[in-house]
Amino acid sequence: MTAIALKVEKVAVHFGGLVALSDMNFTVGEGEIVSLIGPNGAGKTTAFNVVTGFLDPTHGAVSYRGTALNGLKPHQIADLGLIRTFQRTSVFPNDTVYDNLLVGLHRRGRVSLLEAILGLPRARSSHRRLRERASELVEWVGLERRAHDLAGSLSYGEQRLVGVALALAAEPSMLLLDEPVSGMNASETHTFVQLVRNIRDRGVTILLVEHDMPMVMSVSDRIVVLNYGRIIAEGTPNVIRNDPAVIEAYLGQGATRA
Amino acid sequence: MRSGIAILTIVAFASVPLWLRDPYLMNALITTGIFIIGAMSLNLLLGFTGQLSLGHIAFFGIGAYVSALTSLGFDVGLPFGFRIVHVPWPPIVGFVLAIVVAGLCGYLVGLLSFRVRGAYFVIVTISFAEVVRLVALNWVELTQGPLALTNIPSITIGLPGLGDLTLRTKLQNYYLVLAVAVVTYVLISRLVHSHFGRAMRGLMENETLAVSVGIDVTRTLTLAAVISAGIAGAAGSLYAHYIRIIDPEVFAFINTVTMVIMVITGGKGSLAGPVVGGMIFGLLPVFLRPIMAPEAQWIAYGGVLIVILFVLPRGIVPSLALRFRKPKSRAETLAPVAFSERDAKEHA
Repeated sequence: MTAIALKVEKVAVHFGGLVALSDMNFTVGEGEIVSLIGPNGAGKTTAFNVVTGFLDPTHGAVSYRGTALNGLKPHQIADLGLIRTFQRTSVFPNDTVYDNLLVGLHRRGRVSLLEAILGLPRARSSHRRLRERASELVEWVGLERRAHDLAGSLSYGEQRLVGVALALAAEPSMLLLDEPVSGMNASETHTFVQLVRNIRDRGVTILLVEHDMPMVMSVSDRIVVLNYGRIIAEGTPNVIRNDPAVIEAYLGQGATRA
Repeated sequence: MRSGIAILTIVAFASVPLWLRDPYLMNALITTGIFIIGAMSLNLLLGFTGQLSLGHIAFFGIGAYVSALTSLGFDVGLPFGFRIVHVPWPPIVGFVLAIVVAGLCGYLVGLLSFRVRGAYFVIVTISFAEVVRLVALNWVELTQGPLALTNIPSITIGLPGLGDLTLRTKLQNYYLVLAVAVVTYVLISRLVHSHFGRAMRGLMENETLAVSVGIDVTRTLTLAAVISAGIAGAAGSLYAHYIRIIDPEVFAFINTVTMVIMVITGGKGSLAGPVVGGMIFGLLPVFLRPIMAPEAQWIAYGGVLIVILFVLPRGIVPSLALRFRKPKSRAETLAPVAFSERDAKEHA
């Protein structure tokens, strides 16, 4: 058993009277690819928002590598190496792809304000390293030909890749991907699965929310199934595929009898 | 090419006193230069973080008063029988203190308003300017109220080997303002091209995404506000020591509006924008004065503003830059389309 990276304990989120999540418990081990699935409105994105600090849970606790995340702001959680992507396309639309990645490299490029303004050698060499790293990342997601195009002018699938490259620029030790392949065609999805595996092979833990079942089944080590804000099943892709509760949630009660 | 234009511009401005002898025009150029420095500081906030400070003149005025009082000295009574007596210090110390105090005020305003931002920042800055104006008007013992602070000494700078030089003439003040403007331009340019600048830009374009890659919103915006306010304070100090008399009217709302107009017409978010917009709206009164009554002049400004924004909606500098950019690659031919789409959304 590998060490636990992310631990979600008894987390509940209420929006007024609406229970978006109730008593959610799961863990993600270091270097694992875990998927969070469930029908629309099951609470997947809410769970993401809680883990990354965009939403405070009503009850419960989240910890990452032993650090409690409660009350931390999103940028502080990002500083712990827990980086997310967004469901909707999320890029800096009026900057080039390359400049997008330079913004994403913020966590790496910290030099003091005075050094930056005076253009001291340390600031300049740091800037040079950032530019090299940005070029690497552009290649890594296969967007070299688009590097100097405005991110907003790219196709949907390409923008999603920029989103992932941006997250990678922030040097995650754990990456949370919110429906990364929605809007991608089959071949783009296939390439993306390879990319996710490559990222994991570099030692990055991955939590994935996705509707594309073939993709989830092929890439995940473990799957957590949510419905109506609670976990109804958990296990390897093979276990989940044959779990009656899961089939019921997705296809309705009639299907189990048929 | 860019640095070529910059050097050419500096040389052109530096040569002005060689052929321009008219003291009235020189005076207009100096005050315009001071306001351009203020507009550049406003542009740092408005153009690079998207936050509109509608009380920016407060930082300018605070700089003016701090600098004037430092160099004039004062003797004020405080509650519980305390008194503060300050003997005059050299104006150059006032200049530094003006930057520090204005920067601190920027920090306070930023701290108060950047947790919520947007409209709140606009309201907090307007209120702040009004409160400061009322203090300047009513704390007569310190500021002389409406009687104004008079006889403010000119700035004296110590030149190595040449002794002290007091900048009394228009010529000297012209070069002083030009030097401060150039330093300000370089400072802001370095800042927006550093990773702080990228963080600001990221926040303006997509705050949620910026936060998710580890950018601290409050810290970044507050830092921008401090630097912006500090520069405005420096401009205020130059103003006080050049005009040599200041009253609470310096805090008038119309002064902030003037700076906002300079930034918007020149092009917010472009480094040269405030300079171009500032030259137009700083010197327009000079040329309109002989042919129009003051009331008509205001209407003319409005007309010029509307025409500029109608023809060049993104402001003069960015629009021209876009027009004259040679379409070298696909990337650059694509750019104008994306920009106009965004504009269409913004104006809808």
